[in-house]
Amino acid sequence: MRWLGENLGLVGRLSLAHLSMTLPAVALSFLFALPVAWLATRWRPGRAGLVALSGLVYAIPSLPLFVVLPMLIGTTVRDRWNVIAALTLYGFALMVRSATDGLDAVGDGPRLSAMAMGYGALRRFVTVELPLAGPALLAGLRVVAVSTVSLVTVSALLGVASLGQLFTDGFQRGILAEVLTGILATVLVAWLLDALLQALGWLLLPWTRRQKGAAT
Amino acid sequence: MNFVRDALAWIVDPTNLHGPESWPMHLLQHLGYSLLAVAIASAIAVPLGYFVGHTGRGRNLAVGLSGAARALPSLGLVTLFGLWIGVGLGAPMIALVLLAVPSVLAGAYSGIEAVNPATVDAARAQGMTEWQVLAQVEAPLGFPLLLGGLRSAMLQVVSTATLAAYVGAGGLGRDLFLGLKTQDYPQMLAASLLVLTLAVALELAFELTERLLQHRQTTPDPREIP
Repeated sequence: MRWLGENLGLVGRLSLAHLSMTLPAVALSFLFALPVAWLATRWRPGRAGLVALSGLVYAIPSLPLFVVLPMLIGTTVRDRWNVIAALTLYGFALMVRSATDGLDAVGDGPRLSAMAMGYGALRRFVTVELPLAGPALLAGLRVVAVSTVSLVTVSALLGVASLGQLFTDGFQRGILAEVLTGILATVLVAWLLDALLQALGWLLLPWTRRQKGAAT
Repeated sequence: MNFVRDALAWIVDPTNLHGPESWPMHLLQHLGYSLLAVAIASAIAVPLGYFVGHTGRGRNLAVGLSGAARALPSLGLVTLFGLWIGVGLGAPMIALVLLAVPSVLAGAYSGIEAVNPATVDAARAQGMTEWQVLAQVEAPLGFPLLLGGLRSAMLQVVSTATLAAYVGAGGLGRDLFLGLKTQDYPQMLAASLLVLTLAVALELAFELTERLLQHRQTTPDPREIP
């Protein structure tokens, strides 16, 4: 506890640095995954390939990816955009899978009804399928957010500042409290982001509020 | 793309191919650690998951734990136990087991839960004891989901085992960290490619096993039909 008291500023600074890489990565992976998932639900033959490919992306261990990516995209190893790009790739892989399942679960009924009412493909997607798939998309996004927060810490091994720096620094200097603080702070940031997304869902998907209350 | 050529050259370089600190040895270590960690995790999580799945007791706790564990940073666990226990294999092994348990647990209990209740009732009606129901009906039918849990645990462990070298254990992470320290890009890339290859190979092995199981389940052996 004393260590935390003396280093509150550092923990706060690192938390902000942590978020500055987490938030863009989560947002970008969501933005990139939506059109791909849309394509996967439309184009049957491509679906299995797209989903399998995203599974393979998730098989790439994070530290090697952080190291290899800069050689491919031309950033330096310590660039935070390198970290964001790698995390986006992971988030994208997770999100494509759950977004495809979510859009699939909308079913043909609403799709055909919207078609019968003369909705074009884009309008149908934005005003009918997207809201109906909303709860599933939110569930997927929450998983992406939590796992991204935890993955960011690995970037500390490359010398990029994040809460993971409390692990490397604490380990090198033998301060157990620092490592523990790092773990707690990471879990806390993950929970905070998760709660934020839940609140966002509550605001944007008002029709799910009652169902939840009735189910539990 | 020069990096890739240099990395491939590093891989086939005879000085990196032989001896106790060569990459084939590190690869074997890496695979060994990962298999051991998943085996220990299974010994803990499978009985626990079967208990939760069969009795329905402690389900909320199991779901909550698997969810919360996703937020645990693996590097944090590795360094925490590294400080606690000291450098060597023990610390990363505990961290790896801790990371693997939730996935295996989820696979085990969801596999049992997914079994059709009518099937379970039918087994009971035939006079099977609870143990027989679990061992002969629920466990085999829930195996595909357990396999899925083992798969994601394995994937996570192989990935995290790279970090084991940070607290003094071996594995492919050693080559990676050595390259990181000396700014030796070809070595870093080579080690990364090796870890990646190992992860993808394990994924394919699981995929193949799952396909084989599916095949067996949909087309029963004609000799087994009376």
